[in-house]
Amino acid sequence: MKSIGAYFIFLGSMFVRRESFSSYFKLTINECISIGWNSILIVAITSTFMGAVTTVQTAYNLVSPLIQNYVVAQVTREMVVLELAPTITAIVIAGKVGSSIASGLGTMRITEQIDALEVMGVNASSYLVLPKIIAAMIMYPLLVVIAGFLALYGGYIAGTMTGILTETEYVYGIRIDFNPFTIQFALIKSVVFAFLIASISAYQGFFTTGGALEVGKSSTSAVTKSCIAVLLADYILAELLLN
Amino acid sequence: MIEINNISKSFDGTQILDDISGKFERGITNLIIGASGTGKSVLLKCIVGLITPEEGEVLYDGRSFLKADKEEKAQMRREIGMLFQGGALFDSKNIEENVMFPLDLLTDMKKDEKLDRVNNVLSRVGLENINKKMPAEISGGQKKRVGIARAIVNDINYLFCDEPNSGLDPRTSLLIDELIQEITHELNVTTIMVTHDMNSVMGVGEYIMYLARGKKVWEGNSDNILTSGQEDLEDFIFASKFMKKLRKTL
Ligand SMILES: Nc1ncnc2c1ncn2[C@@H]1O[C@H](COP(=O)(O)OP(=O)(O)OP(=O)(O)O)[C@@H](O)[C@H]1O
Ligand SMILES: [Mg+2]
Repeated sequence: MKSIGAYFIFLGSMFVRRESFSSYFKLTINECISIGWNSILIVAITSTFMGAVTTVQTAYNLVSPLIQNYVVAQVTREMVVLELAPTITAIVIAGKVGSSIASGLGTMRITEQIDALEVMGVNASSYLVLPKIIAAMIMYPLLVVIAGFLALYGGYIAGTMTGILTETEYVYGIRIDFNPFTIQFALIKSVVFAFLIASISAYQGFFTTGGALEVGKSSTSAVTKSCIAVLLADYILAELLLN
Repeated sequence: MIEINNISKSFDGTQILDDISGKFERGITNLIIGASGTGKSVLLKCIVGLITPEEGEVLYDGRSFLKADKEEKAQMRREIGMLFQGGALFDSKNIEENVMFPLDLLTDMKKDEKLDRVNNVLSRVGLENINKKMPAEISGGQKKRVGIARAIVNDINYLFCDEPNSGLDPRTSLLIDELIQEITHELNVTTIMVTHDMNSVMGVGEYIMYLARGKKVWEGNSDNILTSGQEDLEDFIFASKFMKKLRKTL
């Protein structure tokens, strides 16, 4: 409970005593590259397989002469867009980006680089953390869009190659009864998840005390805590926006 | 000159600093010494404003950090340079960018002016042709030198060093101590250096404040420290068997 309070104080502290806009711009671009670009490969791999597996397993569970083949594609679409692309990707990103944010800041803390910034009059939390959070909130939704497309494509390949359904059936299933709000919902979720992952990991890293061992611990707890926060937020958002 | 008046600080109910006062004059190397865990680093952090003490004030030539407004604070920041224990160089920047960082941040100098200034201070600390190296690629002693260069790259009035020679061999330690002392005299800055190294104490201790259990127990300089008659301090100085033996011969 105490640490949740400290987390909010930490978030607030980022908005006082900021540097010039241009320096933030440059830092944010750098972070966009390290958070977004460097995650594309892992996101591409996980999402393609995710889509493929979803299609195959849905087909496996829907063996009935009464259910038409295209339904498999439709179910895949709903699962991918609503849940798998934003949430599973968030877990992957928590592991990759969250741990690197926490260990990077933790190392800066224990080697006194953060103190050095503060002595020079820089608001270290804002200078180091704000660009990461903004970059994550910009890049993560883009990653989710890519993940969504690739997952559907993975489903397409798996579905047609194994003969579960034909190409026409898959495309038909993907398009039927499509509700565009699901896309909006996925994007809202991804912005929230990105904020949670970046800010929780930054908080864990920023307040590391001790040595190299503690940096490792901060990084582990950044991943666990952001995963839990993502799943909680996932549930809350589903309750709020889908009911 | 830096003046500290009645500084007290505790963490979680444990008193770390207890009513410490003192004056650190300009143009000499002022040392804060004491055993591990007595609060030397905490005191230094109070002085530079990284930690706010519960009581007491710190005056930079009469100016109080705590009472300064935004402009005055920024001005005072420009006048402060600090060397950290491990150098605290930014891992993601090369040597040149590290040393240039305070200039980028605190001045409106043009790029080539800044570069000139950076090369000047780097050669002042005896480092040339390492501009493009990364911190991970240089030795511990070189890191300290880069740290000093970064600390003095602005026209500073105050220089703070937290254990500048920890982790260095005795010879390199001495060189770093002497470099700090020379810079102090040359730039006529107020230097405060935290150390528990007796070589530094005897070598460059122009003013020495000895802390024990959070209190100022003794002050003086390297000329009278060996004859202080202060029991605590003598235990600190003559800690090793060798030194105890040496003491008998004094
Ligand atoms: N941020 C903090 N929170 C809680 N306790 C702290 C904090 N900083 C320092 N302390 C405590 O204050 C005491 C003094 O620490 P300090 O780092 O000043 O010692 P030191 O004299 O510099 O020792 P050394 O020579 O080993 O560097 C220690 O017991 C330490 O645990
Ligand atoms: Mg210390």
